[in-house]
Amino acid sequence: MIDGAPDLLLNATDVAKHYGAVVALRSASLAVRPGEVHALMGANGAGKSTLVKILTGGVRPDHGEILVRGKPFAAHSPAEARRGGIVSVYQEPALIPDLDVRSNLRLTQSPIEATRHWLAELGLPELDLTDVVRDLPLASLRIIDLARALAIEPDVLMLDEMTAALPANLTERVLEVIGRQKGTDRSVIFISHRLIEIAAVCDRATVLREGSTVGVVDVSAGSEDRIVGLMLGDIARGGPVEPAESSARAARAADAVPRLTARNLTVGTKLSDVSFDLYPSEVLGVVALEGQGQDELFDVLSGSERPNGGDLLVDGAAVSFRHPADAIRAGLVYVPADRAEALLMQRSVRENIALPFTTPFGAWGPIDVSGERRKVDKAIATLQIDTRAASEVRRLSGGNQQKVTIARWVAGGVRTMLCFDPTRGIDIGTKQQIYQLLRDLAAAGAAVLLYTSELKEIQLACDRAIVIFGGRIVAEIAVADADEATLLRAAYDLRPEELMPEEVASAAVAVEAADTGAAADTGAAGPA
Amino acid sequence: MTSGVGVTGRSRGEIADVLVSWARRNTWTLGLIGLLVVVFAITRLLQPNYGAAAIQGLAIAIVPIAFAAVAQAIVVISGGIDLSVGSMMALASVTSAVLMKGQGDLFGVGVVIGVLLLGLAVGAINGGLVVLTKVPDIVVTLAMSFIWAGTALLILNTPGGGAAPWLMEIISGPLGTPWLPKALVVLAVVVGLVWLPLRRSTLGLSLYAVGSNRLAAFRSGIAVGRTKIIAYVLTGFFSAMGGLALTATGGVGAPVPGSYTLQSVAAIVLGGVSLAGGRGGVLGPIIAVIVLALVRTDLFFAGVDPNWSTAVQGAILIGVVMFGSLVAMRRVRA
Repeated sequence: MIDGAPDLLLNATDVAKHYGAVVALRSASLAVRPGEVHALMGANGAGKSTLVKILTGGVRPDHGEILVRGKPFAAHSPAEARRGGIVSVYQEPALIPDLDVRSNLRLTQSPIEATRHWLAELGLPELDLTDVVRDLPLASLRIIDLARALAIEPDVLMLDEMTAALPANLTERVLEVIGRQKGTDRSVIFISHRLIEIAAVCDRATVLREGSTVGVVDVSAGSEDRIVGLMLGDIARGGPVEPAESSARAARAADAVPRLTARNLTVGTKLSDVSFDLYPSEVLGVVALEGQGQDELFDVLSGSERPNGGDLLVDGAAVSFRHPADAIRAGLVYVPADRAEALLMQRSVRENIALPFTTPFGAWGPIDVSGERRKVDKAIATLQIDTRAASEVRRLSGGNQQKVTIARWVAGGVRTMLCFDPTRGIDIGTKQQIYQLLRDLAAAGAAVLLYTSELKEIQLACDRAIVIFGGRIVAEIAVADADEATLLRAAYDLRPEELMPEEVASAAVAVEAADTGAAADTGAAGPA
Repeated sequence: MTSGVGVTGRSRGEIADVLVSWARRNTWTLGLIGLLVVVFAITRLLQPNYGAAAIQGLAIAIVPIAFAAVAQAIVVISGGIDLSVGSMMALASVTSAVLMKGQGDLFGVGVVIGVLLLGLAVGAINGGLVVLTKVPDIVVTLAMSFIWAGTALLILNTPGGGAAPWLMEIISGPLGTPWLPKALVVLAVVVGLVWLPLRRSTLGLSLYAVGSNRLAAFRSGIAVGRTKIIAYVLTGFFSAMGGLALTATGGVGAPVPGSYTLQSVAAIVLGGVSLAGGRGGVLGPIIAVIVLALVRTDLFFAGVDPNWSTAVQGAILIGVVMFGSLVAMRRVRA
């Protein structure tokens, strides 16, 4: 894959980056030819975002060589990256909300006529350049960002999840315009979770796993499986993880009332028509790649955001949450991934655990200290929280902090717990304790919804799993079948393996070519 | 203010379009102008002989605080805040008064230029400390306000010194018609000469960009730190103008900063500058200064106890800002 260097527009070799003892990139390489649309792929934690940050000037690599058109590339900022020939379009539009579009273009010294041309090509011909950015919809902002980048005519254009948040017709225009860059002397690096778009527009794909480049694939019909195989590595061939022991997995009674029911939930463009049931005594796993709408789902269920459509039922009765307090009253408690969102870091373990049951507005009188102490002591014992540094939560380890977050709900008695990636950045021992705790809660009759970015947790802690892709539920998988390979394929919205031979894959690509926009809909092996 | 730009060679329709789009973007300023008219009408009702002479007195009184408001507006637009505006004004005022006392006109010009350079330098120190030490701006500028105030008192511990006659002349009296005070002309010329070209340059856009969204600004290739320092430098410049105006209006140096810092914050909030950064201009704050001064006059004429009149000013500030946010919320929902 390392041809003669002059043939390559971008040639990064052996790029590495460590953060203390953590290796973010071990040895990544990326070779992009002129006139090529090149996909950059990798599962969670593969080092993709670190490599992107290095190429955009956000992070300096420890070692490794990056050449653009044969010249060494080293950038401290996006401005320097741009001078070096690499322009990026980020997931968050880099537009100033309080300025109008024209001022934004002047700010970056972008040619206005060329930007107008690309806006027309991308499907926004009538955009008024005097519109203030704050008033425009997100999809338009992403198109403006892309048009501006195209107008600069960079050597390398890097697109990070460009089609996310775009409606179908704009997605089609974007892919068509990107496809037109082929055969010019410029290149595009295309980062996307949507394999069907990669098949439609990319020439080659570089796959990262555990901080290293593990392969470069020529994209053609049927190469999706090869890409997913490379992302998985040994796991695909390794034995299945032993499912957790549990007595609570008895068959549900046919007439059981779900603890929580979602019917056709819709949130903006991020979540559409999501329906599922969560029963008492079960842990339901949620699997999704980053940004597929799971954040919005949990925001709605925990009362932080209101859905645009659909119904929520708790114990069979319709509910509507205006505030997290409403959700908590209905028995839905939330454990976020980021402990800082949930805890009062400067306060003690005791106060943090007692917080939910001392806050009701109706009860402004003195706190029932002895009753509180009993509940808190019980929760600390149940979760085996290390209380040596109990006076300030911020001095606890991440794992112990997360236990405090869970303990505050356990202390009050849990009916329904919503866990959003609760084991992120936690040591393995504490993870095991948290899995066991979730199983124990389910055994005691609670219902648990668990989103996790670590696919193997599904078999360790869940009874079944639903998979969300592009804001829709695309699969429901029983725990026995939920090995990592199956889950990852489902998360990329690929059909199960036995259905994947050439003819099906090429059919999917043919459909794709006919109607690119319907990417999110194709192959939705939905849950009835 | 911008409506006059490029009028020649445009059809009447185009001019109307420009006016309409300016009005749409500056509804807050237009509202303030309306409020100013209302307050002025009330003033005439309370004091039928409030005329040209009174307006000149008002103009001279507001010039220092108007410069302070412009100074504060610039740094707040860029996403910061400067609590040392009043102290910088005192420092500039005493420095100019001490140096100018008993000297000739030409020397006075040199002093004015020197004091403005001092303002730039002091602003650069403030900005440099905020950007380089990463200590919160509110802490840095509060600390610096003590330092500049102390320095001013070291230079001159009671009001004293003197002002060059031409400096006092330049802002007193009318220009042409008795209804146009020179003080307002000086204010408009200085602010216009600095702000209008700046507003239309990339640097001006960068000030708004950094205040509006730092990450987006960084990703747009803006040197965020440098832009913030420049904002503080400009604030230092206009604070020095405010200090010179104090010397010119009083004829002596004023070593005690008074309440200019907090008045400047009140004026920019009333003037439509968002404390979160990124929004507003300098015309609004200047009009807000005039409105607040007129309200003070009205309350005096109406015979209200001065202690009450301070409270009433506070109530007006909260009332107007609340009304503004209500209107904005309505518009978002509609």
